[in-house]
Amino acid sequence: MSIQLQAITQQFHGQSVLDNLNLTIEPKKIYGLLGRNGAGKSTLLNIISDRLFPTSGTATLDGETLHDNDHTLGRLYLMSEVNMYNDRSRLKRLLNSTALFYGAFDRDYATQLAAKFDLNLNQRFGKLSTGYRTIFKLIVALCVPADYIFLDEPVLGLDANHRELFYQALIDSYTERPRTFVISTHLIEEIANLIEHVFILDQHQIIVNGSVSDILDRAYMITGPDTDVTGYTAGLNVIGQDHLGGITANYVYGALEDDRPIPDTVTIERLDLQKLFVNLTNAKEATTHVN
Amino acid sequence: MQFNFNSTEPIYLQVADQIEEAIFAQSFAEGEQVPSTTEISKEFHINPATVLKGMNILVDAQLIEKRRGVGMFVVPGAQAKIVEKRRNQFYDDYVKNLVSEARKLHITKQELAQLIERGFTTQ
Repeated sequence: MSIQLQAITQQFHGQSVLDNLNLTIEPKKIYGLLGRNGAGKSTLLNIISDRLFPTSGTATLDGETLHDNDHTLGRLYLMSEVNMYNDRSRLKRLLNSTALFYGAFDRDYATQLAAKFDLNLNQRFGKLSTGYRTIFKLIVALCVPADYIFLDEPVLGLDANHRELFYQALIDSYTERPRTFVISTHLIEEIANLIEHVFILDQHQIIVNGSVSDILDRAYMITGPDTDVTGYTAGLNVIGQDHLGGITANYVYGALEDDRPIPDTVTIERLDLQKLFVNLTNAKEATTHVN
Repeated sequence: MQFNFNSTEPIYLQVADQIEEAIFAQSFAEGEQVPSTTEISKEFHINPATVLKGMNILVDAQLIEKRRGVGMFVVPGAQAKIVEKRRNQFYDDYVKNLVSEARKLHITKQELAQLIERGFTTQ
């Protein structure tokens, strides 16, 4: 019971975007898919939902192919930046036609959500602002009866109030009917507590794949005078550094040496997901640090 | 209950701590129901699995108990248990830091004792 990606490679004009990538997405979990601009997040989501055919590799759902297969693809829904709706169509009509495609589309919930977001369903799609286009697509995504929902940049153009409302609606809808959500976003702090599991995509590969709490359990910031910090973190997996005067902060991803004495001058703090992400994906040879 | 999350401590521990604090402060009285996983999850935008993990710490510590089909309830005697636990941790949590900071400031043992005395008389 899962989506399995095996040895997915995607090249555009001879350039690798994804290189031999393997991934498992389990049912009923909320995932975060993080990556820098151009890391290949959308490419990955498009491959899973069969909008893009990989150069090589396979994608399956419960052992059945996702390629050109209505049976499996019907259990997936991808909400992306691409606007596939006709500008002249009224939102009501778009909801009706979606309901035709997806049998158990939750029309009542869609109406409820539209009211919450102050979205008038009599409008034409083309008349909506960027934010409201996103909101409309989100409403559809939350109301389709699919088992796996992929949200590519779900808060694009949304103001802070609407983002709050969306996270609320997401949790509401998830607790009401647990299913998988994969959220790709740059607003890491906002979803850090919402997601159970995180994928970080960098250098054509998934470099982090694990439960958020397990991962943050191994992420530290060691601060203090330069020499003490360097001494304490020697041999550890240091993924980044900050300096200010004689003070150094070393970011460590991985286990600390438990029997190594901690100098009084040194403080050990935990990293949050955003800080960990920034350090892991900072340009220079980041991948060599990751284990 | 007052939830005030920071980003550096694991969220499931913070969930456990906050509920424990509320039981300690008797915001959730013994025998009373505590908010459900879903309620906490919705209110604070925290993954339900994370909230559950925090709740389970309190279940393991026998501070709250699950009543099937109804929800989580504060176990009778939970507050006393928390008091005892905190008394046991008092030295590590407070005294150690107090002495270490006093040393850095060259505050002598006697001066520290006087300050503690003052703290007791003024409060």
